[in-house]
Amino acid sequence: MSTTFEAATSRRISIEPVTRLEGHGRIEIFLNDEGKVDRAVFQVPELRGFEKFVQGRPAEDMPQITSRICGVCPTAHHMASTKALDDLYRVTPPPAARKIRELIYHTFFVEDHALHFYFLGGPDFVMGPSALPGERNVIGVIGKVGIDTAQRVIAVRRTLRDLMAAVAGKAIHPVFGVPGGVAKPLTREQAVDFRRAAGEAVDFARFTLDLFDKVVLANQAYLDLIHSDMYAHRTYYMGMVNEQNRVSFYDGTLRVVSPSGAQWARFETRAYRDYIVEHAEPWSFMKFCHLKSIGWRGLVEGEDSGVYSVGPLARLNAAEGMATPLAHELYLRFFGVLRGKPVHYTLANHWARLIEMLYAAERMRQLAEEDEITDPHVRELPQSPGDEGIGVVEAPRGTLFHHYAADDRGRITKANLLVATQNNAARMALSVEKAARALIDGSTVQEGVLNMIEMALRAYDPCLGCATHSLPGSMPLMVRLCSRAGSVVASLRRDSDGRIVRE
Amino acid sequence: MKPKVAFYWCASCGGCEECILDLAEDLLPVLDAVEIVFWPVALDFKEHDIQPVDICFLNGAVRTSEQKRMAELLRANAKVLVAFGACAQLGGIPGLANLSTARDILETAEEATGSDGDHGLPLPELFDTVLPIDRVVDVDYYVPGCPPTPKIIGQALTALLKTEVPSRHSVLAPEQALCEECPRRATRPETLALDRFRRVADTIIDENMCILAQGIPCLGPATRAGCEGRCIAGNMPCTGCFGPAPRVRDFGAKALSAMASILAPTGDDEITDALRDLPDPAGTFYRYSLPASFLTRKATP
Repeated sequence: MSTTFEAATSRRISIEPVTRLEGHGRIEIFLNDEGKVDRAVFQVPELRGFEKFVQGRPAEDMPQITSRICGVCPTAHHMASTKALDDLYRVTPPPAARKIRELIYHTFFVEDHALHFYFLGGPDFVMGPSALPGERNVIGVIGKVGIDTAQRVIAVRRTLRDLMAAVAGKAIHPVFGVPGGVAKPLTREQAVDFRRAAGEAVDFARFTLDLFDKVVLANQAYLDLIHSDMYAHRTYYMGMVNEQNRVSFYDGTLRVVSPSGAQWARFETRAYRDYIVEHAEPWSFMKFCHLKSIGWRGLVEGEDSGVYSVGPLARLNAAEGMATPLAHELYLRFFGVLRGKPVHYTLANHWARLIEMLYAAERMRQLAEEDEITDPHVRELPQSPGDEGIGVVEAPRGTLFHHYAADDRGRITKANLLVATQNNAARMALSVEKAARALIDGSTVQEGVLNMIEMALRAYDPCLGCATHSLPGSMPLMVRLCSRAGSVVASLRRDSDGRIVRE
Repeated sequence: MKPKVAFYWCASCGGCEECILDLAEDLLPVLDAVEIVFWPVALDFKEHDIQPVDICFLNGAVRTSEQKRMAELLRANAKVLVAFGACAQLGGIPGLANLSTARDILETAEEATGSDGDHGLPLPELFDTVLPIDRVVDVDYYVPGCPPTPKIIGQALTALLKTEVPSRHSVLAPEQALCEECPRRATRPETLALDRFRRVADTIIDENMCILAQGIPCLGPATRAGCEGRCIAGNMPCTGCFGPAPRVRDFGAKALSAMASILAPTGDDEITDALRDLPDPAGTFYRYSLPASFLTRKATP
């Protein structure tokens, strides 16, 4: 890693995936004079200026303003923000309010994980790496799993999102989170609807896991792919856990395990800055989160490197089980089949995501069955705003931090938002680099490099990529090889219809 | 031959794509009726990939040179260009960035990243001012909302596919203010005389009463109908995402005057006191529409 950026610029490859953030999320691959990969970077120029333009806004508006960071996972931002307000105003929501928040949050997890599996990231995997690019999309998945399944996916998502909207105002950009509670109580009728929907969600999650069994786990070629060294990294893992070290999405303690699986740290979310720091590289806008006391050793894996990961696989690795019975059974099976813990195979994220989907559905059912959830007391009024608030949740894609400071009139003076994709930045860069090293030699780029690098990335469901995999078509990508002078030597482009074009 | 339809996005969050997925079963007849040639977005499709389309739905605001160029290209290739969603129509929440400058934003980002952002991997060129689509190209129709509702989207599609299309430049949503379709309309007093405004942060909102009458700035009087009061059904005030009501040019000015007209106090000190819990008028009244307002942005020195 001693090669400087300048020395590495004799050849440079850019892969530009589309992104919902302005500017492109992109992969940059730098080759040395021998044409070998010197450095590969995955960049997220996430800059819409939220941290800046929220300054001056009333603190209680933050859950609605910050949800606009992402229209695919608005509920995660809304919830982290609402929790940051609880902390800012030093107020504890009544039990029913907390349960309503959790109920909506787990409902969101079910539908979001389903979206990823069937529409976004899963298609690569369900269809397999050898499938034609044109088949690696939701249409291909429907062809493989059948139209009945597709209709079921649509129906289940609709039921869940309609219920979310009934309680939260809107499914996209919800409005129910307020400091000290929620905007309104849950009616008995709604609780009944949630109970019914939770039952359907549990069945649907089990059905999806069966499907995964049949399509992926029963197929040796896919298992080999999961186990391939190209997609494995021995890093640390972080996730939120409850008192019994079971996976927890809404609230809990952060736990970090080492590459060998030992507990490395267990800390209150408020103390996150004592454990996580960011490292700047001169060639990137994005800082790389890493574990503070271990430090930054570059983009390398192992016990001595502070690189860690978040998200479904990381959560399963960082915990000691799932808090619900069906999901816990599968948790044990997961580590049995993949032989050992932690599991370092990035592609195992897809399976981990489905186990989490079952957990979320079971947790939904538990919550909907509690009498207390319909208690009308859902708000504790704050007396006055404090000067600082931190809210942390597990978003579907990993740990999400909202950290605010406010003035004496409750207006935001400073905001620090640390999203899952930033937590994963270093490991994602590692994944890209490893795939690039395995696939790129000299100035020719094999067409397969597009799919293979893309798969490495998409397993993380990076937030900027999660909406790129749309109904007709697959993720458009471009790989360019440029000469030192900047002229394009060769270019490969995959169109939105999946065709690969060499230019 | 089926009409060709394109979807594209500029500065936005993805919620406008997601709300199309939320059409759920109703999406299938749409897919039968039209041929979708790009959807939702393919940023790497270059100029030579763009083909003429009948309708282009463009969501998101414009704030980079690339988005501007794409808006111009799509305009040139679309018979009908629809600004889809609050960001495209008005600038949206990212338009709050017009309360600062691109330099402020870059500096805040640099402080956060410790990088000066200029080592061979540059950030896209940020305009100082976020713009709604119609400040860049001519727009034929608007679909409002953050995000638009399935019902509004369905009605818009139906209207656009008819032979007799709506009049150009119209907003494809009901011609009335939100208050007219508000589920709490019956509880709205004939006249209002508030002693002061209250904040959501420290007020419990009565679920069965007009929110404005409770002293919370609910922007229903200034906002176009069409959402059917979904935030109000969630027991929270309208924040104006459906944009200006019919015949309103500047949303924030209208919202401000609507709020001012229901305040009882008249003396300067009393008024200051009454507004104590309205700490951010610009951000509150122009939550979604600053780039489309007469002011457009905070003055630059």
